[in-house]
Amino acid sequence: MVNEMIVSIASGKGGTGKTTIATSLVLSLTNVQLLDCDVEEPNAHIFLKPEIKETEKVFIPVPEIDEEKCNYCGKCAEICVYNAIAVISPKDGKKGKVLAFPSLCHGCGACKELCPQNAIEEVNREIGMVETGICGEIEFVHGKLNIGEAMSPPVIRQVKNFINSEKTVIIDAPPGTSCPVVTSLKDSDFSILVTEPTPFGLNDLILAVEVLRKLKIPFGVAINRADIGDNSVEEYCEKENIPILLKIPFSKDLATGYSRGITMVEILPEYRKHFLDLFIKINDLKKIG
Amino acid sequence: MKQIVIISGKGGTGKTILTAAFASLAKNAVFADCDVDAADLHLLLQPEVLEPHEFKSGLTAIIDGQVCERCGKCFDVCRFDAISQDFIIDSIFCEGCAFCSYICPVKAIKMEENISGEWFISKTRFGPMVHARLGIAEENSGKLVSLVREKAKEVAIEENRDLIIIDGSPGIGCPVIASLSGVDYAIVVTEPTLSGLHDAKRVIEVGKHFKIKTKLIVNKYDLNADMAANIELFCRNNDIEVLGRIPFDKHIVDAMVEGKTVTEYKDGRAKEDIIKIWEKLKKNFIGV
Repeated sequence: MVNEMIVSIASGKGGTGKTTIATSLVLSLTNVQLLDCDVEEPNAHIFLKPEIKETEKVFIPVPEIDEEKCNYCGKCAEICVYNAIAVISPKDGKKGKVLAFPSLCHGCGACKELCPQNAIEEVNREIGMVETGICGEIEFVHGKLNIGEAMSPPVIRQVKNFINSEKTVIIDAPPGTSCPVVTSLKDSDFSILVTEPTPFGLNDLILAVEVLRKLKIPFGVAINRADIGDNSVEEYCEKENIPILLKIPFSKDLATGYSRGITMVEILPEYRKHFLDLFIKINDLKKIG
Repeated sequence: MKQIVIISGKGGTGKTILTAAFASLAKNAVFADCDVDAADLHLLLQPEVLEPHEFKSGLTAIIDGQVCERCGKCFDVCRFDAISQDFIIDSIFCEGCAFCSYICPVKAIKMEENISGEWFISKTRFGPMVHARLGIAEENSGKLVSLVREKAKEVAIEENRDLIIIDGSPGIGCPVIASLSGVDYAIVVTEPTLSGLHDAKRVIEVGKHFKIKTKLIVNKYDLNADMAANIELFCRNNDIEVLGRIPFDKHIVDAMVEGKTVTEYKDGRAKEDIIKIWEKLKKNFIGV
């Protein structure tokens, strides 16, 4: 068995079975770590029930202005492309004012560095947390974005700081095609795109394929609920020369098990072998590049 | 004019199916697809595009290799890992903060405006639709969502339409927050699973945080009737009205394959219940 590889599980469309596959895949492998990077709606812990050992907060640095030092020159407001700082100049004997809008701040640090008066310090604003733990032999890491926060990538980056390069790393990614997905998939050696054989599934698979091609990450497709809908996903994969790694037929037992937080390989243990085969296939595909 | 948004927290619970069904039942509405990351509403409403527009948003840094002296200052200040060791900017990771361009001692870095997507005003068999496509691996989905909503509002005012139905995206982050702000009602559609409940709770919290009135629908409730009851109990204890339940019904996928809304397809259990939910929504909340 080959280790030390990062495999991410992604999909354009939500609810296609990313977490189902990620959790059953880690349960079928040895020397493995699971990172749940869907920090907006993490679900892997519902299935793996890890014992959480440590929790750390995720902060982004935001500016705090020392109005003693500030001379209201306006440089910070001028350079901030996110409009996270506004400066009101002193007028008619009235003192000036600097307004910071932390929720717009991306934490780039430019204002602090470029303030001519050295009047800006960075303070930490909490936007989420990362929890680490174990589930049997499996190392478990997930992140949670705080309610009301918009920016998930800093939380995802902090989850990925825990990547253990001595293990096979399985990343459960969020749905979609934009920055949270890209942040989650970055540096993966291989991605499994999970889809379902419906018009929505196909449309969003095509978008996900574009993301993977742009990121230059090799990938294959897993088709969940493979016997519903139509054949268009398989036809598309054949036309585009995309390997279909796994097909999971719809099963009432799997669906009810899922609803109770039971993993696929616990309900249908014969899938352990399928997941092991899947992993061997991925290793071969990765070598071909 | 009223605005309702369909959200879910968890993906794949039936947001777009429901939005499209409501669109087919609404008499005088505008439809906005705010799942700009992975838009699907067009597959059911089949819009005829009247006006395509470019979506310009944000900046990306570009290093002029001729001018660059490889001092490494840009590399040191970039907090987004967007600059490689050999001084090439990865546009996928650049967040456009421009810090590098300010700090470069030889002014080798320029900021260029991105075209990061497209948006459209279209007509459908049920009424006007505003939708968009975010470029692959782009950011600023929240800004594009806000733009789609602003345009939908303009269309509604212009055509004297009294309702905007918004298809939201999964999750609780930037695009979801942008699709929620200022709506009259958020409708959370979930499924009777532990994940569905977990994710619905989080998105309901987001609604609360922004003081949006929230209602809930349990889709595919018969997949696990006990869990459906649990979710409804949670709603009752938290002052969230349950608008109704929709059973698992094969007709939903069959209708999708034919590019139709559930309501246009053969009679079935899901269709019947969706119509009931719409009637309730119309009478009690939307008032149109």
